Amino acid sequence: MRKTYKLYIGGAFPRSESGRSYVVTDAKGKFLANASQASRKDARDAVVSARKAFGGWSARTAYNRGQVLYRIAEVMEGRHEQFNAEVAASEGLSISKARAVVDASIDRWVWYAGWADKLAQVVGSSNPVAGPYFDFSLPEATGVVAVLAPQDSSLLGLTSVIAPAIVSGNTVVAVSSYDRPLPAVTLGEVMATSDVPGGVVNLLTGSASEVGPWLASHMDVNAIDLCGIEDADEARDLEAASADNLKRVRRPAEEDWTESPGLSRLTQYLELKTVWHPIGV
Amino acid sequence: MSRFEYAPAPESRAIVDIKSSYGLYINGQFVEATDGKPFKTISPSSEEVLADVSEAGPADVDKAVKAARKAFEKVWGPMAGRDRAKYLFRIARLIQERSRELAVLESLDNGKPIRESRDVDIPLVAAHFFYYAGWADKLEYAGAGDDPQPWGVAGQVIPWNFPMLMLAWKIAPALAAGNTVVLKPAETTPLTALAFAEICQQADLPPGVVNIVTGAGRTGQALVEHPDVNKVAFTGSTAVGRAIAKSVAGSDKAVTLELGGKAANIVFEDAPIDQTIEGIVNGIFFNQGHVCCAGSRLLVQESVYDEVLARLKRRMGTLRVGDPLDKNTDIGAINSAAQLAKIRELSQVGEDEGAERWSPECELPPQGYWFPPTVFTGVSQAHRIAREEIFGPVLSVLTFRTPQEAVEKANNTPFGLSAGIWTDKGSRILWMANQLRAGVVWANTFNRFDPTSPFGGYKESGYGREGGRHGLEAYLAH
Repeated sequence: MRKTYKLYIGGAFPRSESGRSYVVTDAKGKFLANASQASRKDARDAVVSARKAFGGWSARTAYNRGQVLYRIAEVMEGRHEQFNAEVAASEGLSISKARAVVDASIDRWVWYAGWADKLAQVVGSSNPVAGPYFDFSLPEATGVVAVLAPQDSSLLGLTSVIAPAIVSGNTVVAVSSYDRPLPAVTLGEVMATSDVPGGVVNLLTGSASEVGPWLASHMDVNAIDLCGIEDADEARDLEAASADNLKRVRRPAEEDWTESPGLSRLTQYLELKTVWHPIGV
Repeated sequence: MSRFEYAPAPESRAIVDIKSSYGLYINGQFVEATDGKPFKTISPSSEEVLADVSEAGPADVDKAVKAARKAFEKVWGPMAGRDRAKYLFRIARLIQERSRELAVLESLDNGKPIRESRDVDIPLVAAHFFYYAGWADKLEYAGAGDDPQPWGVAGQVIPWNFPMLMLAWKIAPALAAGNTVVLKPAETTPLTALAFAEICQQADLPPGVVNIVTGAGRTGQALVEHPDVNKVAFTGSTAVGRAIAKSVAGSDKAVTLELGGKAANIVFEDAPIDQTIEGIVNGIFFNQGHVCCAGSRLLVQESVYDEVLARLKRRMGTLRVGDPLDKNTDIGAINSAAQLAKIRELSQVGEDEGAERWSPECELPPQGYWFPPTVFTGVSQAHRIAREEIFGPVLSVLTFRTPQEAVEKANNTPFGLSAGIWTDKGSRILWMANQLRAGVVWANTFNRFDPTSPFGGYKESGYGREGGRHGLEAYLAH
């Protein structure tokens, strides 16, 4: 039986409100599926879902968020074969190489799951101010993060740009790779069955070049990852559009998704809050 | 109510030696500008001209960046951290040695009371250099990896409200991390930056490590847009911050921005009332309200509104507006004619939109730029004086009933720099602090600053933090 590949917005799987779809082929040009082609309205609806989910997701304990991310890894493991086939077809890899990519993606979810309740200890601080005050700084999630996922790495790269944003409490609207969207949809199915609250991750299949400008100029998006934009001028224009509400922007760069991610993406979507209180009887 | 009449207590001006004109400080020397027009800096309390100042044109900015680049490659970049540290410690000590002179100079050029420049600004300047000096040889512990590298040349543009303190916030971490800098002070307050240049000479700081290019918007733009600047740091208005973010789009430049605010200062019914009144007054009248993190919106719980307002007005009546160099002065001069016009305009808007305006009786000096401490009551969230940054000694008062309502009103702004909470209940402090979308939350206090304590905004108040370990991270490539 063939599967229909739809968008993942607000915990549900709607088709694009535009009714559009586009042909997805494997690396050799053979037809794989008609994927939904996300529109501007889909992106806006996704932002609304993400904003609605932000309060609850960021208010959960870090322990709880860690457990949810770990569950994503567990459910992915159960769907290993399905992901192997999709990654192999999308990226033109042998099944054994695809299996290694899926293993690495699952491991990455596990790695990020472990960060949830440690970020505050690594990023935060108690500040020894020169006066009788208790002064501490803690990281908080920035809000709704738009992610233009990498064009080439359909699962490992996708994981690597979404997980660091949500583990700290952000919610995400991601546009998948245009040519290789199928693992993203299956990842959405994993999330829908992993206790991820609806709206925490929203996955739009379609063109980052088409939808990106609407996310970059959206006044209720707090940060944007331009990873999937390969043209330097396009990336520049999106960064300029993001300036209207001072979005935190991550510029595209050469990425080696097999390397350990480090803290850079984790801390990108954090705001540091410093609190003061006098000490005295 | 009768006032105590205080005898004048002027701080002597004799301690400062202001030259009649200043050049640009490039590559360790004061040099003439080549393609800019000189301008004057005045004392806003008397409108007296203090000095002629050079304007750095694009060619001068280029020269400064080249000097910074050469110093970065040949001297400061290769220098061991412990040696960079020693220069910064030396600078901190020199600032402490000359602290009274610098405080008087700051009050003359900026208009702020000597009590503030002497007791808050200049001590914090020295402390910032001392704090960051200690980081210079410990960068591997800063949280940016085992062997973090500086960006290279930093282009820094600072505002007029805390001239030397903003200079310290920018230069100290940049140098500690191994960068060299080109800094543009605000056009109305260049003098302490130029004195700092002299201090760099006294410290024997290698030429080109610090460069000071005076000028206005044009100079700042040339600096920010210079292709050989690796890192841009800006403190100022949100509008200019937005323009800078657009101008660096598509480049490799790292940027941090520290922009405007419209902070909510929230008073609950169980707030310790005397400290709260002092905190409200400090929150909006300190530095004439020329503070990005000023508590410019007072949110009072309805049940204590009458008492808080009565006490606040009585306390406002005891504030002394006058000569910045008089040690009795609480509120100094507004920094410029332009800023005074903005404050007057928005205050008129406040009246026109239906809020009720009150100021204590205030005799304002005939010369100079002055505005009495002012409070608007009956303000709603829709009023412009509740939404826009006035940047003057003007307080807008709103009310609330429940903590949830206070949070919603406080967060209902595109800004997110600071907030204040006044209550006796610890759990409520922590709950409120959690809910407020602001980078700095002061609970039962206000307007506290320290070099170890990270400062910066959420949302349109900017991004990046200054102070603490996080302030150092901003100057390391990672």
